[in-house]
Amino acid sequence: MSRLEPKNKKKRPHAFPAILFHLLAGLLLYGAATATAAATLEIQIALLSMEEERHIPLSLLEPSIDDTGQMGAEQGISDNNTTGQFTGQSFTLKAEKIKADTSPDEAFEKLHAQGVRLFLVNLPAAKLIALADLPRAKDSLLFNIAAMDDHLRSHMCRPNLLHTIPSRAMLADALAQYLTWKRWNEWFLVVGRHSRDKAYAKALRRAGKRFGHKITEEKEWTFVPGARRTDSGHTREQQEVNAFTQVGDYDILIVADELDEFGAFLSYRSYLPRPVGGTHGLSSAAWSGAHEQWGATQFQRRFHEKNGRWMTERDYSAWLAVRTIGEAATRTSSNLAEQLQRYIMSADFNLAAFKGRAVSYRDWNGQLRQPLLITSPRLMISVSPQQGFLHQYSTLDTLGYDRAESSCKKQQPG
Amino acid sequence: MSIMSSRCSFGIPLPLIAMVLSLAVSASGRVQAYTIYVSSEKDNTISVIDGESLKVKHKVKVGERPRGIALSKDGKNLYVCTSDADHIEVLDLETLKVTHILPSGPDPELLVLEPAGKYLYAANEDDNMVTVVDVQKRQKVTEIKVGVEPEGMGISPDGKWLVNTSETTNMAHFIDLETLKIVDNVLVDQRPRVAEFTSDSKQVWVSSEIGGTVSVIDVASRQIIKRIGFEIPGIHKESIQPVGIKITRDGRLAFIALGPAARVAVIDTAKMEVVKYLLVGQRVWNLAFSPDEKRIFTTNGVSNDISVIDVERLKVKKSIQVGRLPWGVVVRP
Repeated sequence: MSRLEPKNKKKRPHAFPAILFHLLAGLLLYGAATATAAATLEIQIALLSMEEERHIPLSLLEPSIDDTGQMGAEQGISDNNTTGQFTGQSFTLKAEKIKADTSPDEAFEKLHAQGVRLFLVNLPAAKLIALADLPRAKDSLLFNIAAMDDHLRSHMCRPNLLHTIPSRAMLADALAQYLTWKRWNEWFLVVGRHSRDKAYAKALRRAGKRFGHKITEEKEWTFVPGARRTDSGHTREQQEVNAFTQVGDYDILIVADELDEFGAFLSYRSYLPRPVGGTHGLSSAAWSGAHEQWGATQFQRRFHEKNGRWMTERDYSAWLAVRTIGEAATRTSSNLAEQLQRYIMSADFNLAAFKGRAVSYRDWNGQLRQPLLITSPRLMISVSPQQGFLHQYSTLDTLGYDRAESSCKKQQPG
Repeated sequence: MSIMSSRCSFGIPLPLIAMVLSLAVSASGRVQAYTIYVSSEKDNTISVIDGESLKVKHKVKVGERPRGIALSKDGKNLYVCTSDADHIEVLDLETLKVTHILPSGPDPELLVLEPAGKYLYAANEDDNMVTVVDVQKRQKVTEIKVGVEPEGMGISPDGKWLVNTSETTNMAHFIDLETLKIVDNVLVDQRPRVAEFTSDSKQVWVSSEIGGTVSVIDVASRQIIKRIGFEIPGIHKESIQPVGIKITRDGRLAFIALGPAARVAVIDTAKMEVVKYLLVGQRVWNLAFSPDEKRIFTTNGVSNDISVIDVERLKVKKSIQVGRLPWGVVVRP
């Protein structure tokens, strides 16, 4: 590169520090971008997911995507590698997708035999736990990026399992706190027909109790969805929802429809002019395409430019897992799962995650504590925890299963 | 002064008393006329404030989302990073009109001018680059590849070093201004924001917004010599987010803006300890001294104002309403 200031030609005498630097390079964290000749440290990460039925969103405006979390993980790998070029670390991702009706054991064993010990897992709770319990998984570290099940945080914890995706309890608490602030205390709960919907409804009931709300009405939505889109379909929905929602008064209709079968039909069609929240309308989430604060703009743009769509909650959870590994590898100069986990679970660990404050892991159940976004389909409305919800350790622990509410004990690796 | 001295005897260190005295002496001279410029991220304006009356004289419309601002060497122009317009606007401070545009690379957030005044360095958050711009030729000279989301830009007064911080890589990149190459990278705490050199160019201070600390780095060895933490009774640790840094020319006091904590920490640099927290507006981000260093101004994003701090007494004197979401601040003598 040509010099900008020709007059300023004298060489700075730093030959000695340079030699010293080389000698210490192996011991120190600080890598020299131009000077490091030392071998790069390889850090292999795998993403295990399962073939899923392709989800067609109710709205034509939303793209139908293969939501495996891989794009988010790749962004994390790219971020880690930018840092890695200065620290002499190289991160790679291996993505494996298993068939829906098979066990992930074989894929896991194969990756394990290749030396992978760090796994991002996008599988249902039962398969996830079975994986964590494999004898060979004892020396590995698993990040749950998809299963929101509360029992994985309240009693079925595993020492080798961390969760970057929020639990349903966290999501429900985040929404309930905002509704407390709004004083929308009387809820009309509408629950879908799937067990996932019932699980979210359970979390909502728990949150309602915790934050002083009352479920004044509750109904189950039992219509089986047909084709997603049909000509003149709206006339049916207009009639159905109007009739379905003829109940006593309430402040907000809260819908539990995790599979996006009907939730979006409820807004503007309810018998009473009331807002809709829950899985649709006013929602809580770890991430949203509408989020652009605390530096998220650049992060979102990077993702959108590469993938042509916005980042999902699962992508973000995968990114968080990869960045967690990256951060621990940078600070410990290690690629060993046990050493990384020890750092991740220590008080020293914190991570910037475009949420305005550091995120870290709960030592009793391995859940990542994080602020959650309260969003409308197009804009961010608020961020929980809301002001005034206090906690002796971290206000983030007002969301989800706190230490005393979980039967899981302090996690130690190995 | 008797009041000051008696207060100082309770725990305020000796060097500080000496400094207060020396400043008091210099204060007897004439009042300097100066102007304060504040960028308002939300309003797309630069507020022009008279340093004597502390009144807003003008609000000048500029491009989308003005953030980092810097004065030209001759003080005639203000360089404005208009982040969403993807360039730097040059505001003539006599006519208060934007005269021309400098290329900057995408989404410029912060910029610094080298001491000679010829080159501008802008951090481009979007593409992990620092862009070097020749201000006279109005041309991009080159780009330097740095970490993820470059943000803070500190230039050593001796013109040897540019320190850029990268928010997601969590490093202070030491760029040799002779070769424009990264020579060293110092790992700091989460989300480093501002890099500020001491006037003797021996130290660079780097604030970590999410980490909640300020790392003091020795420039010669590129080692962190002190990591300063903050504790404010009644304020949750998570709300203490250091961003803006200013250090007095004599190097004795450092002021750190603590973001949502709505405080400015005053640090005695001899002890590297906080001596006082000053209550200012909400989301305090950037700082600038008056030319005589008798005052320091803070931009308070959420309360839409700037606070005026009396540096001698270490007291907040006044707050001035400006445009919405004030971000950057500079003072022209």
